Amino acid sequence: MELVFALVIGALTASGVYLVLRARTFPVVVGLTLLSYGVNLFLFSSGRLATGQQPVIGTAANYSDPLPQALVLTAIVIGFAMTAFVVVLSLRNLADNEDDHVDGQKPYKSPAPEEEEEVTGK
Amino acid sequence: MSLPLVVLLPFLGALAAPLFAQGGRTAIAIASSVPALIALAALYPHWQTLADGGVVLHSYEWLPALGLSFSFRLDGLSLLFALLILIIGLLIILYSRYYLKAHENVGKFYALLLCFKGSMLGIVLSSNLLLMMIFWELTSLTSFLLISFWTHKQDARRGARMALAVTGGGGLALLAGILIIGNIVGSFELDDVLAAGDQIKAHALYPVALTLVLLGAFTKSAQFPFHFWLPHAMQAPTPVSAYLHSATMVKAGIFLMARLYPALAGTEQWFYMVSFTGMATLLLGAYIAMFKHDLKGLLAYSTVSHLGLITLLFGMGTELAAVAAVFHVINHATFKASLFMAAGIIDHETGTRDMRRINGLWRYMPHTATLAMVAASSMAGVPLLNGFLSKEMFFAEALQLNLPGLWAWLPPIVATLAGIFAVAYSARFIHDVFFNGKPVDLPIYPPHEPPRYMKFPVEILVFACIMVGIFPAVSVGPLLYMAASATLGGNVPDYQLAIVHGFNLPLLMSFVAFFGGLLMYSQRQRFFNFHARFREIDEKAVFEAIISRIVDLANRFTARVENGSLQRYAMLLVVSVIAVAALPLINLGIFIGESGFSPVDWPTAILAGTLILCAIATAVMHRERFYALVLLSVVGLIVALAFARFSAPDLAMTQLSVEVVTIVLLMLALYYMPSWTPVETSNGRRFRDIVIALAAGTGMTLVTLAMLTQPFTSISDFFLENSKPGGGGTNVVNVILVDFRGFDTLGEITVLAIAALGIYAMLKHTALTPPPGDGQGHPWTRDAYPLMLRQIARPMLPLALMVSAFIFLRGHNMPGGGFIAGLITSVALILQYIASGMIWTQDRIPLRYHNVIGLGLLFATIAGAGSFAFGYPFLTSTFGYITWPVVGKFEVASAMVFDLGVYLTVIGATLLALVSIGRLSPHSAIKSKKESA
Repeated sequence: MELVFALVIGALTASGVYLVLRARTFPVVVGLTLLSYGVNLFLFSSGRLATGQQPVIGTAANYSDPLPQALVLTAIVIGFAMTAFVVVLSLRNLADNEDDHVDGQKPYKSPAPEEEEEVTGK
Repeated sequence: MSLPLVVLLPFLGALAAPLFAQGGRTAIAIASSVPALIALAALYPHWQTLADGGVVLHSYEWLPALGLSFSFRLDGLSLLFALLILIIGLLIILYSRYYLKAHENVGKFYALLLCFKGSMLGIVLSSNLLLMMIFWELTSLTSFLLISFWTHKQDARRGARMALAVTGGGGLALLAGILIIGNIVGSFELDDVLAAGDQIKAHALYPVALTLVLLGAFTKSAQFPFHFWLPHAMQAPTPVSAYLHSATMVKAGIFLMARLYPALAGTEQWFYMVSFTGMATLLLGAYIAMFKHDLKGLLAYSTVSHLGLITLLFGMGTELAAVAAVFHVINHATFKASLFMAAGIIDHETGTRDMRRINGLWRYMPHTATLAMVAASSMAGVPLLNGFLSKEMFFAEALQLNLPGLWAWLPPIVATLAGIFAVAYSARFIHDVFFNGKPVDLPIYPPHEPPRYMKFPVEILVFACIMVGIFPAVSVGPLLYMAASATLGGNVPDYQLAIVHGFNLPLLMSFVAFFGGLLMYSQRQRFFNFHARFREIDEKAVFEAIISRIVDLANRFTARVENGSLQRYAMLLVVSVIAVAALPLINLGIFIGESGFSPVDWPTAILAGTLILCAIATAVMHRERFYALVLLSVVGLIVALAFARFSAPDLAMTQLSVEVVTIVLLMLALYYMPSWTPVETSNGRRFRDIVIALAAGTGMTLVTLAMLTQPFTSISDFFLENSKPGGGGTNVVNVILVDFRGFDTLGEITVLAIAALGIYAMLKHTALTPPPGDGQGHPWTRDAYPLMLRQIARPMLPLALMVSAFIFLRGHNMPGGGFIAGLITSVALILQYIASGMIWTQDRIPLRYHNVIGLGLLFATIAGAGSFAFGYPFLTSTFGYITWPVVGKFEVASAMVFDLGVYLTVIGATLLALVSIGRLSPHSAIKSKKESA
């Protein structure tokens, strides 16, 4: 089970990181959302994976760790607030620059090698 | 009270002085003299105390926790310096009155001069080393401003920058040294530090502390190899050169060495560092001075040389040498300040300072010439003048220095050589300027005597030179004794202030120096030719080159790292996180812990597989934004299921409702955005990103695996045990949120509120026109609010509200609570907006969501603060049971009020964010108005 869980977190992280590195705002927002899923699951799992041990007194023989759950609960809500903020930032960017590139300008051209030479040679 | 007043007055004067600038130069000069006159009067009553060997202390607490106090201390040494600063300061004020032209910014000049005076007095009177440090830096700053007083001159600006960089850099070293000393002693108060000399010298960090302190002193006092800033500081107006760069500020480093003499001196390290630095500076300065054609340049290098002499005397470490050093401080200040002023007069009256052009001035200004010649003779060490006395003492001490073997010859030879150079450059100052033929091509011709009172300060100082030279014991004896006693901690050796001590070796050295110097001057052309063979190093060019190189490097580095591309920043961030995390993980070496794996069941495995596939598919298909969003929602839902599967019902409910809100939010945003992402990056770039992403994913997998297979202990037993008896609820997660860790939650809902308000502010005056159709070119449906959706949505609202009330109320004992209830209510309200449009909904639910947020935070804070009324700390919770009709026995906790605050904040924040986005399009508002009408 642990291996499956770890792979899930790995897949979320990898997809999230890849999307965060994209050039347009929307994929970046989606990537951040995926990353926050991964992070939330990771934090949650620091209380270990338990089956049928919900931390409600009187409902089970053993209880899973409530502390990471409490932390993750607020993390989910704050993560939402952050996503909303970034989404709105990208909308504002779109409104102001008429473009949804992350750099807030026309697509960033990666400097060709010789251009880079020129910069360092100065 | 009088000591802080002495320091403070010049600063007050600096504020007041510019007001008198309107009244002309005389008015402002008189006004600027007032602080110094009051200060002299305030110091006078302490004379007797100090003569009896006492110390005056005035101390006020400032930041005791840092060891910083507003404390001032007057003893013989600080009195000597304070008198030099105040009296020469007064003469400078008078001199500047004539030196500055009427159209110049005299207000600024006098204000800066007074600021400098206050800072300098602060250095010498501070009893707290940290306080002294503050004044120390202030002198660097005011010196910078004064050197660059003529801001239109590039040389002045450069010289100022160089002075600031060198002395400021030294200041940093000094601060570090002082902090170390303070750490060793446990106090920054001077009395404690001076008393703890043995403790400091025995400490392991003594060499470091001494080196740092000396760095500060050497840079300030222009010691080799930091001497180069001083000649370039001569771009300052001459009164500034006379005051700061010969008489006072450059003596601050000397003062520091004298001040900390009992605490730091007397070790081998002190001896070698200080005496050899002094020797090198003495010789180098004297040598270069001879070859300077600029009048002020000659004086500047001579100043460097004399500062080296004083440093060397302190370095020798004997008590008599320290007395000689203090004595030479006085003498140098008098003759050098007067020489600078004379040079300023010559510059003023001829329009140049080039000694190749200024010749034969004796015929034009005999009065000034006489004064300058006396002062220059004192500089050369001619008998019956004060420079001779301290130089004799210096020669005597140089002979006393017991260096092993042949080294013993070094100090006397260096001293005599420097003496020869000093006589030579003094002779040049006298002969080249006042005799030696006729003036060559002067800008102002014919030169004549300056205004009467411009010479007055020079006269006073020259008079002092003669008085001290002839009647040393009467004129300067008591002050010197006090200062020496304070420097040496009371152990003043027997010394005699007499004009001649009989025919001895030092006198012979003086003779050698005198006639050697004259001979050297007469043969000067040979030396000039010899010197001309070496390429002169322009320190300013070197310095500027180094600085611009550093700036270049920094700019290049910045341009490389910070090129304005968010993509690159994100990449660098991720890569550095991976790099930073990788090393410790590899060193840790554990990937599978001891507790091993638990079995996998099929449903979980299938769902996990679906999640992984959907996550990867989201990334792969991200160009088709709508599909990516659908896939994302699948991922979110499975995450919610995962929480449910692994015993976290609260999390599952939260995740589910947040998921709904998030997807609605993203759909809404997507409405305005292009619905597909263009291909912009190269294959290589994508490959790079895939590698980074895989590295990050692998890393997280390994970390998770390592963590999950480790046995662990938790602090949560406390919460489990006390949840019911202490918090009155059985749902431990909720009790943690609203009770145990309530303060955290309060912070978190505040963040939520701020984010929502930020969103509102960001979009307030923004309008966005959505594209006319979706990415495939289909137009949007004309039926914006479908009938079926409307009809179903409306009865959903009361039902949803009831569910959320239920979830809220049971939250303390069963899964639920304010967060989840708030999200459910939000979802229900959002549904109304989606189904029926902005206007329709806003008309029927006239809620201002700002107010809801505010109310929520208010409830939460009141619930917390309420416990103050009962004498408990913030957010202490209490609970009881009441019996409600129908429901039966029901538990009520004060934490519920808090949870209500959470509930309201979540609703307010969520809806404010979504409604702000929904309102963006001017289109939709008009359309919805039509529909609803």
